[in-house]
Amino acid sequence: MAKIELQGLVKEYGKTRAVHGIDLTIEDGEFVVFVGPSGCGKSTTLRMIAGLEDISGGKLLIGDEVVNQRAPKQRNIAMVFQNYAIYPHMTVGQNIGFGLYTSKLSKAEKQQRIAETGKILGLEKLLDRRPAALSGGQRQRVAIGRAMVRDPVAFLFDEPLSNLDAQLRSQMRMEIKSLHRRLGTTIVYVTHDQVEAMTMADKIVVMRDGDILQVGTPTDLYENPVDVFTARFIGSPSMNMVEGQVAGGVLTVEGVQISGLTLPPHQGKALIGIRPHDLIVAEGTGGAGLSGSGMVEAVEPLGSETLVHLRLGNNLVIATAPGRVVPAIGSTVSVQAEPGSLYLFDAASEKALGHA
Amino acid sequence: MTAITTTELAANRRDIRPGRIIVWSLLFIGGLIMITPLLYMFSTSLKTSAQVYDLRLVPAAPTLDNYIKVLGDGRFMQWFFNSTFIALTVTASNVFFDSLVGYTLAKFQFRGRYFIFLAILSTLMIPTEMLVIPWYLMSSQLGWLNSYWGIMFPGMMTAFGTFLMKQFFEGVPNDFLEAARVDGLNEFTIWWKIAMPMVVPAISALAIFTFLGNWTAFFWPLIVTTSKELYTLPVGISSFSAESSIQWELIMTGAAIGTIPTLLVFLLLQRYIVRGVMLAGLKG
Repeated sequence: MAKIELQGLVKEYGKTRAVHGIDLTIEDGEFVVFVGPSGCGKSTTLRMIAGLEDISGGKLLIGDEVVNQRAPKQRNIAMVFQNYAIYPHMTVGQNIGFGLYTSKLSKAEKQQRIAETGKILGLEKLLDRRPAALSGGQRQRVAIGRAMVRDPVAFLFDEPLSNLDAQLRSQMRMEIKSLHRRLGTTIVYVTHDQVEAMTMADKIVVMRDGDILQVGTPTDLYENPVDVFTARFIGSPSMNMVEGQVAGGVLTVEGVQISGLTLPPHQGKALIGIRPHDLIVAEGTGGAGLSGSGMVEAVEPLGSETLVHLRLGNNLVIATAPGRVVPAIGSTVSVQAEPGSLYLFDAASEKALGHA
Repeated sequence: MTAITTTELAANRRDIRPGRIIVWSLLFIGGLIMITPLLYMFSTSLKTSAQVYDLRLVPAAPTLDNYIKVLGDGRFMQWFFNSTFIALTVTASNVFFDSLVGYTLAKFQFRGRYFIFLAILSTLMIPTEMLVIPWYLMSSQLGWLNSYWGIMFPGMMTAFGTFLMKQFFEGVPNDFLEAARVDGLNEFTIWWKIAMPMVVPAISALAIFTFLGNWTAFFWPLIVTTSKELYTLPVGISSFSAESSIQWELIMTGAAIGTIPTLLVFLLLQRYIVRGVMLAGLKG
């Protein structure tokens, strides 16, 4: 196990810069998730840590040693790939054992390691099967097994669950999480799915266009996003954004009533962020906070709650209603958000100003 | 019951529509044209020299004398061995080197990669007849005439094989290779242990094409060898007609024996040929 440090890490493809000198410290035993949209540089960063991409600039340290020039095998890390990358011509046991190909262990020791790994992952009865005879979840477990068997200093996961169906994905999320608790090995995990990031990470790294936007715990990122992008990226459904104006300590938004808010210092145009779960379909308008009414354009009954898409002034927003309440499309409903649940962003820089 | 009968009739009607009859007829005629020489070869091999020009397909008095004569001739067995040795060696060489070059061109990014690939491909446009003189001069100057190496060297690596293998290796996902790299394997082991088992259909197709091509090779072995000891089977068989009279029954017997390994190879591995050629998007 080891600490991983990225110091001004840069990746360039010809004249194109894919990663812009990022700094990050991943503590020993930490579960860190890189999250961001396609092309944000998260997979490239992971591949640089793995040694599968050359580092164009900056330093990469694993366990206090600079490893920029070291081949993947010399870094003692293990990686799980998106399409599992388990070898179709080998059995499950051979696949898991392949992680020990270059190891100096005796044959008996290798067999013991394979058996132990198979047991931990619930694969002990499948060791003689070929990958073609396995389900998606089992294949993913084999890939994890091959990574585990070597006892590496860190596991790298590159979108490992994106080929699985929703139910299996949720199950595997919990399995990987509990495996991390059990092994205590550092995990660096890349995903574009913010739900995976929120549910698994000790620390989330939000990336965009080759830069790190924010690093923090899932709660940190959800409660205190540093900008509009992070605010909208973290949380499902995405945070609503409506335009407003702050003048003399008073916030005005077209089509809604606002009262009783304590505003952060700002003057001029602002974006007001409201999480759909904080914008509640209510009986009537009024009271402290933000309230208004609008016409329902779409509803998404989810059972435990209903997501109501409505037009509030000029903005299309999503609000939440209790599960049994399903407003008719075209009807008018009132919504309410309490003081303290609003987020204010500078309209020009899109940087966070604070809660309101 | 009535419904089933009606359905069956409808199915039968679909099966015997005119287009299908024409296709099957053409295929039957094509098959007949292809199999007739083969049947005549086996038929003639069972005839005596007096019966050779009797064109009946089933010999009046079939005999195995020709087989006894040919197989009893030490030279024939030597030629059979030569052909087997040369075909197997060249096949192994092609599978190894064509795959290695194909893999490198498919999976490594380096300056001049495209140019090298084009240069290799461009050699496909040069006919063998044009290459024979330079090959001969080279063999002569390097002392390779009348040697196994002299017969084999032009085919030890081929542009077609390299192209075929490159196409297949491009279909192997990089994740497999990278996973092996992270697991600590060196590049040669990754190629041998991971990439090669994933392109078995291509290897089979290449092996079959190469084996058959070398088993039946005639032109170059005829030119490069003058010693009867080194003749390959086709060259040796042709020598039956080189003297005062043409011994058709012996030629046909030799050819029949020589055909058996190729038929066996094809029958055993034909599914790989079809798969290999289909997957490579090539015409055979």
